[in-house]
Amino acid sequence: MSELKKYGYKPTRFGFGHALVELGELHDNVVVLGADITGSVLTSFFKEKFPERFFSIGIAEQNATTIAAGLALSGKIAFFSSYSAFAAFRNADQLRLSVCYNNVNVKIGGGHSGVTVGPDGATHQSLEEVSFLRALPNLTLIVPCDYEEARKATLAVGINPGPAYIRFGRSAVPMFTTKATPFEIGKAQVFNEGTDVAIVACGIVVWEAMLAAEELKKKHGISARVINSPSIKPMDVKTITDAALECGCVVTVEEHQVHGGLGAAVAEVLVKNFPVPMEFVGIPDTFGTSGEPDELLEKFGLTWPTIYASALKAIERKDKGFIGYRLVKDIPQYKENM
Amino acid sequence: MAIEIQFKDKNFENRSRTADEFAEIALEVRRDVIKSLYLAKSGHSGGSLGMADIFSVLYFGGYLRYNPTEGDWQGRDRFVLSAGHICPVLYSVLSRAGFFPTAELSTLRKWGSRLQGHPGLDVNLPGIESAAGSLGQGVSIAVGMALNHKYLEKDDKLVFTVSGDGELQEGSCWEAAMSAGNYGLDNLCWIVDNNDCQIDGRVADVMSIYPLDKKFEAFNFNVITIDGHDYQQIMTALDTFRENFKNNSGKPTVIIAKTLMGKGVSFMEDNYEWHGNPPNEQQTIDALKEMDS
Ligand SMILES: Cc1ncc(C[n+]2csc(CCOP(=O)(O)OP(=O)(O)O)c2C)c(N)n1
Repeated sequence: MSELKKYGYKPTRFGFGHALVELGELHDNVVVLGADITGSVLTSFFKEKFPERFFSIGIAEQNATTIAAGLALSGKIAFFSSYSAFAAFRNADQLRLSVCYNNVNVKIGGGHSGVTVGPDGATHQSLEEVSFLRALPNLTLIVPCDYEEARKATLAVGINPGPAYIRFGRSAVPMFTTKATPFEIGKAQVFNEGTDVAIVACGIVVWEAMLAAEELKKKHGISARVINSPSIKPMDVKTITDAALECGCVVTVEEHQVHGGLGAAVAEVLVKNFPVPMEFVGIPDTFGTSGEPDELLEKFGLTWPTIYASALKAIERKDKGFIGYRLVKDIPQYKENM
Repeated sequence: MAIEIQFKDKNFENRSRTADEFAEIALEVRRDVIKSLYLAKSGHSGGSLGMADIFSVLYFGGYLRYNPTEGDWQGRDRFVLSAGHICPVLYSVLSRAGFFPTAELSTLRKWGSRLQGHPGLDVNLPGIESAAGSLGQGVSIAVGMALNHKYLEKDDKLVFTVSGDGELQEGSCWEAAMSAGNYGLDNLCWIVDNNDCQIDGRVADVMSIYPLDKKFEAFNFNVITIDGHDYQQIMTALDTFRENFKNNSGKPTVIIAKTLMGKGVSFMEDNYEWHGNPPNEQQTIDALKEMDS
């Protein structure tokens, strides 16, 4: 996939909505629960096509999550979707016990995630759910990078046994993966080959990572390996460790808090396997605020220039001799992980 | 042609008034809602317009004690917006009361604004008592405040809260109702914006919450059902709440206000499609014209 090409814009939520209909056609036991806002998270497509397998639960995320668990315990594959702010947090206890501990086929679509929900402001900009969800045993957690990947991820978790959560967004973002791009739960893909620095990203900012790699090549002749890691859990340990081994430094990028998110997951993998200097691009321990999606991505440093600068910093630390487990010249700064 | 938007620099006092005076204020509030949402290019028109009459009486009829030059004045009653998405109407009355300049209404939902898409305390907008936006939480915040004033401070402060009707599908609302009834919070006035509209359709169709009056009665509430656009009925309901507080009735009050989503703009009225949309340019022109006529 290393060529940088986009073929339009579409919100990732459409991939979720369209895949639900495909799943409904393939499997009679797929059912969907709505908690109002079905036209926003696009469970409305399924509702129109299969009204007999759709249940409106009202604005009651805790109840919907637990009803889904009841349906799953009765042999159904139960999807439920709301905004991530309410589909991961309002129902956190229900998710933990009735869904994950029971280890049942409940699949949650977390919509309108991240700062790109825009003017609605901090209350609706969920930036913490990856940290929480990653800690839940049995849960598969996917953060797709564009429309097509969201579609494939939804299809994949639909037939993969056990609980799953897919995180998607509201605003239109570049489409750059194709039907032919591989997707597999637990696998990351190298979107751009490189050996100087590895940029591991997930979600809609993978595109920004690709732009940063291009700038690094153009301005400095730096070859950056861009890894798309939609599968936060399980994580592709081999692809990530190989990247550290072969590139010697890593930058992680996510539209999410730095604390506990993708970057933390990658750090856990590397500390165990092959520690290298790392830089973290994400939300630095703060709530969001109102603004336009693109404006917020830029103000919160989630666009390519920050990734580019972080890559240069990671390379500089690597060049100072901080390689693998050997701390040569670098003096630890005991910085917070942010 | 872009229309020029200006917010009239006019404040209103908080005192007893006639229905005609409230009508004039509510009209200005509705203009504010339309203008600020047009400029924001996103946001919730329907509920904000539908509650303009009740907010006008509450803030300008001498029912809620506050000091616009000192937002955290200790003598104030509390107003907690639980349905955070209708904050444009709250922002309008706060600015018209003098908490901040009316010109600031033009910044709604924009980067750097104190008028966040849903209220937050981090931006220090005077008059805001709590963040809101996750439905079903403000009502419990109000219960917490009412408990404080009734049992800890033992003072005469009143606590008002506004929730939607779709919002009542959140189970936590009924936990709030149970605790308010259990503790006999007669200093609590809960106003339900009963427009029977939510995002997916009619509340009765998405997930029925009815009968509302019987539910609240069962939780030990003093239930008052009114036409939420009739100023006399709004005033009478608020007077009854005050009486119930003064007489130590031991019952919280709920005002079930029958309202029309989008009230005051004919093409928005009673149409749930207007729950979460702003007017475009032509619709803004039409709406403002209708209000001027
Ligand atoms: C916990 C939670 N779930 C979902 C939402 C998304 N949401 C915002 S407003 C709304 C509908 C509210 O309906 P209602 O209370 O009747 O308000 P109205 O449509 O009359 O303005 C929903 C589902 C939310 N803000 N919080």
